[in-house]
Amino acid sequence: MVLMNLTLILFYVLAVAAVGTAAGLLLSRNTVYAALFLVLNFATVAIFYLLLGAPFIALVQVTVYAGAIMVLFLFVIMLLGAEKLPLSKVLPWQGPLAIGLAAVLLVEAGFLLFQRLNSTSILAAPGADLNTTAALQTLGKALFSLYLLPFEVTSILLLVAMVGAIVLTKQVKGEQA
Amino acid sequence: MIGNLGGIPLSGFLTVSAILFTMGALGVLIRRNAIIIFMSVELMLNAANLAFVAFARSYNVLSGQLFVFFVMTVSAAEVAVGLALIVAIFRSKHSIDVDQMSSLKG
Repeated sequence: MVLMNLTLILFYVLAVAAVGTAAGLLLSRNTVYAALFLVLNFATVAIFYLLLGAPFIALVQVTVYAGAIMVLFLFVIMLLGAEKLPLSKVLPWQGPLAIGLAAVLLVEAGFLLFQRLNSTSILAAPGADLNTTAALQTLGKALFSLYLLPFEVTSILLLVAMVGAIVLTKQVKGEQA
Repeated sequence: MIGNLGGIPLSGFLTVSAILFTMGALGVLIRRNAIIIFMSVELMLNAANLAFVAFARSYNVLSGQLFVFFVMTVSAAEVAVGLALIVAIFRSKHSIDVDQMSSLKG
């Protein structure tokens, strides 16, 4: 019973951390701080994945998202030197309207979730059977048999993205930036 | 004992996911810095991933986790191209304020 409460307390602490870091992302004026808040958010979501018994996804989250993608973001922020933007209110009614629309979206999403959901369904904490290499093997086998075609298409997508990024940032000869 | 550490309701994860998605949408709407808008899109993708994994755990299927894997790959590709676009726009306009990208306005 005590252990169950500990898991729940961990969940609530992580939930508060996730929402707090998302709020920090929205509110911080400095882009570098916003990026670091997003890294924290990704880390808390990675712990959520661990709670849900998905250790592979949790590690991919940390290495790909918090590692590679956020480093790319920080690199571009510091390359452009665009940490701060001057305040200019072009559309003064934009903020309140956006907050109202977001509240509508949240109410809608919550209503749909709790209408369809059997809200009493309790997820058991991940057992020993979920955190073994056997589960990882099942995941890998599914990836390379049932999902082989999407996997290959993804590799082509990554190649196209790489070529596209190079083409977009390449300096044309003779043109001074 | 290890298999019975207690549990968290599925609705808890889905609520966190919905809140994070809404905050991402709010960030896209209220911020004018292109990079922060982009990071808010990442936040929304992340919220969807959380819902995917929660449902995969709830229904005991593996496909949800594999979908998350694919979503992460696609978002990595998206970030690479999007940041290249932001760099290209910054070169021509010397700003990443989306309010100033109004060259097509009549």
